[in-house]
Amino acid sequence: MLTLQCPYCGVAADETELSAGGEAHLKRFGPGSSEEEFHDYLFTRENPRGVHFERWRHSHGCGKWFHAARDTQTLEVFGTYKAQTTEPPKDIRDAITAKRPGWTWRDVA
Amino acid sequence: MSEPVSALNKAGFDGIAHVQEIGLQGMITLRGNLAAKDLKAAASAVAGVAMPGVNEANCEGERGLCWMSPDELLVLCPYDVVQANTAQLQQALTGTHALAVNVSDARAVFRVSGPVAREVMAKLCPVDLSPAAFSPGMFRRTRMAQVPAAFWMVDEQTFQIVCFRSVAQYVFDLLSVAAQPGSAVNLF
Amino acid sequence: MSKRLPTHGRLIDRSKRIGFTFNGKPLAGHPGDTLASALLANDQMMVGRSFKYHRPRGVVASGAEEPNALVNMGQGAQFEPNQRATTTELFDGLVSRSQNHWPSLEFDLGGINKHLSRFLPAGFYYKMFMYPRAFWKHVYEPFIRQSAGLGQAPRDRDGDTYEHFNTFTEVLVIGGGVAGLQAARTAAQSGARVLVMEQTADWGGRAPVDGGTVDGAPVERFIEQTLAELQAMDNVTLRSRCMGAGVYDHGYVLGYERLTDHLPMAEGPRHRLWRVRAKQVITATGAIERPLSFAGNDVPGVMLAAAMRDYVVNYGVAPGQRIVIATNNDDAYRTAICLKEAGLDVLRILDARNSGGGTLMNRARALGIRIDCGRAIAKVGGGKRVKKVQICAQDGVGGALEEIACDAVAMSGGWSPVVHLWSHCGGKLIWDADQAHFRPDPDRPPTGADGAGFVTVAGSANGELSLDAALKDATEAGKSAAVAAGFKPRRGKAPNATATPEAALEPVWLMPREAHVGLRSKSWLDFQNDVKVSDVQLAAREGFESVEHTKRYTTLGMATDQGKLSNINGLAILSDALGQPIPATGTTTFRPPYTPISMGAIGGEARGDVFQPIRRTPMYDWHAAHGADWEPVGQWRRPYAYVQSGETVHDAVMREVTNTRQNLGLLDASTLGKLIVKGPDAGRFLDMLYTNMMSTLKPGRCRYGLMCSENGFLIDDGVVARIDDDTFLCHTTTGGAEHIHAHMEEWLQTEWWDWQVYVANATEQYAQIAVVGPNARKVLEKLGGMDISRDTLPFMAWADGQIGGFDCRVYRISFSGELSYEIAVPASQGLAFWTALHAAGQEFGVMPYGTECLHILRAEKGFIMIGDETDGTVIPQDLGLDWAISKKKDDYLGKRAQARSHMTDPTRWKLVGLQTEDGSVLPDGAYAVAEGRNANGQRNTQGRVTSTYHSPTLGKGIAMGLVLDGPDRMGEVLEFPDTEGKSHSAKIVDPVFFDKDGEKQNV
Repeated sequence: MLTLQCPYCGVAADETELSAGGEAHLKRFGPGSSEEEFHDYLFTRENPRGVHFERWRHSHGCGKWFHAARDTQTLEVFGTYKAQTTEPPKDIRDAITAKRPGWTWRDVA
Repeated sequence: MSEPVSALNKAGFDGIAHVQEIGLQGMITLRGNLAAKDLKAAASAVAGVAMPGVNEANCEGERGLCWMSPDELLVLCPYDVVQANTAQLQQALTGTHALAVNVSDARAVFRVSGPVAREVMAKLCPVDLSPAAFSPGMFRRTRMAQVPAAFWMVDEQTFQIVCFRSVAQYVFDLLSVAAQPGSAVNLF
Repeated sequence: MSKRLPTHGRLIDRSKRIGFTFNGKPLAGHPGDTLASALLANDQMMVGRSFKYHRPRGVVASGAEEPNALVNMGQGAQFEPNQRATTTELFDGLVSRSQNHWPSLEFDLGGINKHLSRFLPAGFYYKMFMYPRAFWKHVYEPFIRQSAGLGQAPRDRDGDTYEHFNTFTEVLVIGGGVAGLQAARTAAQSGARVLVMEQTADWGGRAPVDGGTVDGAPVERFIEQTLAELQAMDNVTLRSRCMGAGVYDHGYVLGYERLTDHLPMAEGPRHRLWRVRAKQVITATGAIERPLSFAGNDVPGVMLAAAMRDYVVNYGVAPGQRIVIATNNDDAYRTAICLKEAGLDVLRILDARNSGGGTLMNRARALGIRIDCGRAIAKVGGGKRVKKVQICAQDGVGGALEEIACDAVAMSGGWSPVVHLWSHCGGKLIWDADQAHFRPDPDRPPTGADGAGFVTVAGSANGELSLDAALKDATEAGKSAAVAAGFKPRRGKAPNATATPEAALEPVWLMPREAHVGLRSKSWLDFQNDVKVSDVQLAAREGFESVEHTKRYTTLGMATDQGKLSNINGLAILSDALGQPIPATGTTTFRPPYTPISMGAIGGEARGDVFQPIRRTPMYDWHAAHGADWEPVGQWRRPYAYVQSGETVHDAVMREVTNTRQNLGLLDASTLGKLIVKGPDAGRFLDMLYTNMMSTLKPGRCRYGLMCSENGFLIDDGVVARIDDDTFLCHTTTGGAEHIHAHMEEWLQTEWWDWQVYVANATEQYAQIAVVGPNARKVLEKLGGMDISRDTLPFMAWADGQIGGFDCRVYRISFSGELSYEIAVPASQGLAFWTALHAAGQEFGVMPYGTECLHILRAEKGFIMIGDETDGTVIPQDLGLDWAISKKKDDYLGKRAQARSHMTDPTRWKLVGLQTEDGSVLPDGAYAVAEGRNANGQRNTQGRVTSTYHSPTLGKGIAMGLVLDGPDRMGEVLEFPDTEGKSHSAKIVDPVFFDKDGEKQNV
């Protein structure tokens, strides 16, 4: 059972205080988007063994959504960061590089 | 209007700690920019206390301010002035993007008190409640068994707990089970 | 025979006698006994029968690893099966019964299975029960049911209580033997918070039995001193009777504390499940002795060598009087010496090693014990207890050289570290060829949130089997855990213990080495599941090469002991059969819990009244006092109907519908979600959330809205009221308040974070009451207050004011088609307002109504219900709700999805009304059949029933359903087969059955 630190209230939250929200950094496609774009937005997800970016909500706490960068195999957490961003911030990417040189995720590295 | 009633009408239980529904408490949800001067001034004016820091509760008697999230405070006041205080907040914040809602009746408030109050709470919440980790002045929103709850310590031996009104009976029963005679952990 | 000795017994209090029963027989023991030691003290060598062959079985071990001595414990509400006698502390009045026999332990009909054992080989069930298929119901299934399970299932509700406890620590030490205590002291001296768990009632583990000195004093003294030191430290918590059950991700550990198992009359919870978050975990879990595999090694009286000296030293119990010892290592000589010194006859030590042992062997020989090297047990004779052993050469096929009459056999095949807790969360093992066991690989520990290892192993759990090495290892473990937890350990040296040099162990996986098949098929590997050497060899021959497959095929290492004794022996036999080294075979996966923990402990407080939260409205007690038949709606309890005396529930529902249509009904609608949405962008935000346009709604007015998920499907509906320019109040469904609130927050926080909108959930601030029916206005006017006339408060308007002296907000909305006011008052006034309405309404024929009446009223009007007409695959267009979808908006959640080809497919089933020809009620969920059959031979379908009721208003059954081309097929008759083989005919009609023009609600 994971412990993730909420970047808003700073609480090291037990997994039972949190709700998982699936993959992070999806770009929304609405009316006007192509069938393929919309299909990918709705259904196509990464399923990596290793570095992954996820959405979590501190639902039994301060109620805020945040992102977590972690390893799906070892459950190592590289960092958590606020949800108001469209890509992982540099300090998080650097933290991952320090532990997993050469990592990639979608077009992020 | 008739006499307002709290969810459990001040029910109590005595075990290894004392459990008490404390009756009606004025509570206002205030959402807005907590760093903004006008909001800080308005909140402090109503509660009579200074702004709390992150995860803090600044309470004096029935009045106080609790940090709920980066854009939310719980404002405490006597129940009989909560409508007036809500209106006062709304008035003071006219023209700024903020939301003040009276939620007094949406909640129930309990106290758990006694030398092993910390243990009773630790049976139900996934939170480090050792004296080194949690002390009066701090505020925590978490899970109490299967429902959301928030609490702070009134003093070294007393927790004040806020939960939703609809689950008041569940929370009272939970606390009573956790405080059952013979169940002291003798850890803290 | 086994009996109590006049000497020894460090754990028992001989001054007191306590009574207990076994299979109804009254027996006596002493405080400090385990049930196993007390049974042995009473010469009860046979304690149960085995699972498959019903062979007599006795106590084989002295701790958690015991496979045989499982009993049904207690009676009535305290009954529990499969309790290990070796870890059950004796108390006065204990009631126990043996398992797996019928009619009695001594005379058991199932024992016939043992004569069939050659017909019940590994995989028997898989091979036997395949064919013929018809045998399943009357032959195989009854047979399997008869044989399944170990103990009996409890019949009564558990009379005890249980609880969880959350705690956090810097260092958690699992195991309170000498290594655990030393590691704990070392870690605690750094200032770290330390929690120590010991599964038994006593500290010190095996050391007091095995002996030795530490810093010149007996090891008992070291234990006392260390314990006293730990008890005096503020940063240390010691818990005995608390087992480290499992190690999980990110330093999460479960501890299983047994509080009153040994004090059955004490108040308080029986078990406590500790949910620990530890920065570092030290597992000092000790080691378990391995049995030797020889024929008849399961006969009562054959026991692990170390267990035998445990019974002598700890409980003053001799497991036999004339004992033969078989070993492949030096440790068994400690047992020989101990038994001899206790005055028992050690007839022979059979040391499988040709060169024998070291110092300890010489000591045993000096005591006059005969030692035969290179010898083995060919076979143990005896049925319900050991009578004799046949001796043979270890290097041979088992030809008997000699026969010795004896009444007990001690065996030692070497020691295996308890690596379970290390392994639970991914710690890897290495094969230690010298000691013939797997031990933790320090380079591959389980890793935590920071990617670093969080478990350290100490003492014999780490393969350090001697006292001296174990204490040094524990000191290092304590220091490194403290450092890893962020503390600076104090400098200091490990205690110095005496080290008795031991000769090397020689792996013995089969005794004798080339045992013939007759012996192999009586050489037990797994006592609990009756798996023999020959079974594992057969599995290997049949191609089960993976150890995991062999486990499942043979049941080796399954059930309550999970192979604590059998694991290494079994995989050694498998490796040998496959012709590969043991590390190539590997182990099965170690999964938590270490030993079974009670279901009660897992459930904790969540039973009875607090099994789950029940949400109550402010009027809950009134409903209960007025005959409410409850319906769970999410966690809410809502009255389904108010049943009066002499009525059935159905009668009550019919009465409530008729009364509401004709007179006046009151509905507790407090459970509907009420979300306040405020801010300069609130209108724009709601335009994105709802399919229709909310930004154009005028303050003071209400609008019904639909919400879809991003994939287009309907998720919620409700009435939105605009409070002022910046503020809306959104009603959700009863089940929807929390998740629609979360849905709003999600979009605001993660997509439109620059929009200025705040949301607050005010659901429970209000008690909301629907006042419904032709007399609705009359009762409100009687109570007096605000103007609620047709002109001032028209349909789909709202207003604040007072009624009967209550502050309220009145919404003129209707989900019934009747004249209807939904009135919100503060929750603290809800009951009073409800009571006032009920009293004032008497002259107007008021009756409360429940959710089923609500459903019928809305179905008569053709209103959809989320969860009935929708099931997560339905879009608003399917329900003819196109009028509630704005054509003017560029975007809303779900809009793009609703343009996908499957969503615009004209063959999607659409909402219609359905009416049976004979007025009967269609079965709920029934499908309308179409011509032909699908690839599976099932009838093709063309629609299904989504809501179906008897309408008392119309005096007939009414239904709604989704039907292929439905709206274009009015008047057509469809066939709906039910599950009983009957078919129901129903005509497609308009879904609005009653008051099509809405005249009643507009008065």
